Amino acid sequence: MTEMVYVYDGSFEGFLSCIFESYANKEVLTAICRDEDFAPQLFACRFIETNVEYANRVIRKVVKCSPYAAELLRKGFLSCLSDREILLYHLVVKLLRQGPHFLANFSDETLNPVVRAVRHLEGEAHLLKGFVRFSELGGVLGSEIEPKNQVLPILRSHFCARYRNERFFIYDRTHRQALFYAAGKAVIRPLEAFQMAPPDETEANYRILWKRFYDTVAIKERFNPRCQQTHMPKRYWKTMTEFQDDAYFTAQSSPASAAIPGAPSETPAPARLSESGTSAPASAP
Amino acid sequence: MDVLEKLTILTDAAKYDAACTSSGGNRTAKAGYIGNTSSSVAGCCHSFSADGRCVTLLKVLLTNRCVYDCKYCVNRRSNETRRAAFTPEELADLTINFYRRNYIEGLFLSSGVFRSPDYTTELMIQSLRLLRENYRFNGYIHAKTIPGTSPELVEQLGLLADRLSVNIELPSEAGLKALAPEKTKAAILAPMGQIQKRNRESKEELVKYRHAPKFAPAGQSTQLIVGATADSDLHILRLTQGLYDRYRLKRVFYSAYVPVVEHTLLPSRDVKPPLLREHRLYQADWLLRFYGFRAEELLDDKTPDFDPRVDPKCSWALSHLEYFPVEVNTADYETLLRVPGVGVTSARRILSARRVGRLCVDDLRRLGVVMKRAQYFLTASGKIPDGLRFTPDSLLRGLIAAERPLLPQQEAVQLSLFDAVGVG
Repeated sequence: MTEMVYVYDGSFEGFLSCIFESYANKEVLTAICRDEDFAPQLFACRFIETNVEYANRVIRKVVKCSPYAAELLRKGFLSCLSDREILLYHLVVKLLRQGPHFLANFSDETLNPVVRAVRHLEGEAHLLKGFVRFSELGGVLGSEIEPKNQVLPILRSHFCARYRNERFFIYDRTHRQALFYAAGKAVIRPLEAFQMAPPDETEANYRILWKRFYDTVAIKERFNPRCQQTHMPKRYWKTMTEFQDDAYFTAQSSPASAAIPGAPSETPAPARLSESGTSAPASAP
Repeated sequence: MDVLEKLTILTDAAKYDAACTSSGGNRTAKAGYIGNTSSSVAGCCHSFSADGRCVTLLKVLLTNRCVYDCKYCVNRRSNETRRAAFTPEELADLTINFYRRNYIEGLFLSSGVFRSPDYTTELMIQSLRLLRENYRFNGYIHAKTIPGTSPELVEQLGLLADRLSVNIELPSEAGLKALAPEKTKAAILAPMGQIQKRNRESKEELVKYRHAPKFAPAGQSTQLIVGATADSDLHILRLTQGLYDRYRLKRVFYSAYVPVVEHTLLPSRDVKPPLLREHRLYQADWLLRFYGFRAEELLDDKTPDFDPRVDPKCSWALSHLEYFPVEVNTADYETLLRVPGVGVTSARRILSARRVGRLCVDDLRRLGVVMKRAQYFLTASGKIPDGLRFTPDSLLRGLIAAERPLLPQQEAVQLSLFDAVGVG
């Protein structure tokens, strides 16, 4: 058994291929790096080609051992844990060596960091179910978020069920990707740059109404900003209607700019996006 | 008067109602309808206002005109305040458009008593019917039932709303007589009994017929005002327990009385709302609902009020030291739940983890046990944390010190170092 560093393309399948290759080559991994983060180092490195068949074999094996472990693997990969690949790799190695018994022990040193990261992801996704703010622009609901974890795959089912008759999109500024939904179909696509269009008269009006409601509903004798921030950390405020400055509530009466949010004029309506194959639409700046 | 102004007046008049939950609903999305209520078991908070309270529903009154003259209430008829009323269309439009922008989880509709309870309820039914049927709203609706409403109207309201609530407001009959002369205990409890009975029947019908109409599927709740009358914590907690046992309430909310008016029968206007007391009552409420405690265990006639310095569970543990220490590797679930610093989640994790191997003190911290409280009350494999020494006196001091950073700022100032040293 030799020690190795694997480099992969950053996809989930690529990561699973790394696990497969480490068993195939009888190599113990000390690190798994995404190719974009990779810096030359002293350890022996190998670049792993993504192989969907290998990835499927790994995930099938993990599901067979424990469906819960497979869920941890999927969600753990979406978390913002900096060394998540190697921690998940250790989890799989332990699972294959010892069986699923240790998964019942939350304090297990291999399991604990992964479960904590997954809880962080799920906690953030749960908060965002409430904190996402849509703006209606030309019949499409659009919003922006700035999460730490990749929450879009977790949020997808919630928002698709709730707004099943709408067309909407959620742009993730941190990971530069967007969830598009229209006519029962949802896709998550990379999207490099995005600028929300200014509101029209109606939209500005509802923003004002909401801001007024929000300000009025607080009881001033009970003023407690610490409690407020405990439940709703300030990093979420950036994208929430009630904390924006005055300009956000002023209508810009140029219907052209309000037609499709997302600035670039070639941005197709989300209705078409969902059917436009694998190429990343609207990713041109 | 435009909608913005109405919204301001009617939100301002509704904000003292503490209930703001969206839990317990299970409306799934339907074709042609807007929204659902199944975001998660625990409901979903959409914002938190500057007082730290959650904003999940559009909480407004239909109108703040009121024929009653309850002394504690901002909307009583003798109070000179601006009056307004939403039209059903305005209310439906606001709800739908806030909901589509993900500002809210649904509507919380309450109202002042306009002409009579029945007349007001009819107006509410009319608004909710418009929202549900014409605007096709399928999200969460919490509706207030006004004491004295006829059963037929409560029935109609329950078929439109997810949750109903009847506010008790004052925890004793004497309080009601003095401060809310138009309301009686019987008039409050009658709709509560009806809602409970219909809710149960509706669930039984649903088992037999899949499309049976749902009556208030998310159950009912109520609110008690704390600090407007002289009722003790014990009295309030006993009442709470009775409501959970007899009426199967989902929640009892406590609202620290905010002095909005000068009256000889009420605390004066410069009295601060008893927020810490409200907090202790909520903690005790959780102990009743999730931890298997009874009101009589937490308080008795000798100590009818909670200790402001430590939480109710610590208080209980301090007066029952004979139960401790608890050995985490062998104790059953109910016993683990009674250890301060161990909650429902960590107790379940302990049960699960100890099937894999014996637990030691370091494991407990990773399992989510709050060791600064729990360390005094448990052993892991027969051991307590390294270097921990305490006597019954220093135990109380340690627990007070652990609690202090969690208290609201003004309370923390009141408890000076000398108070803590002087204890015991």
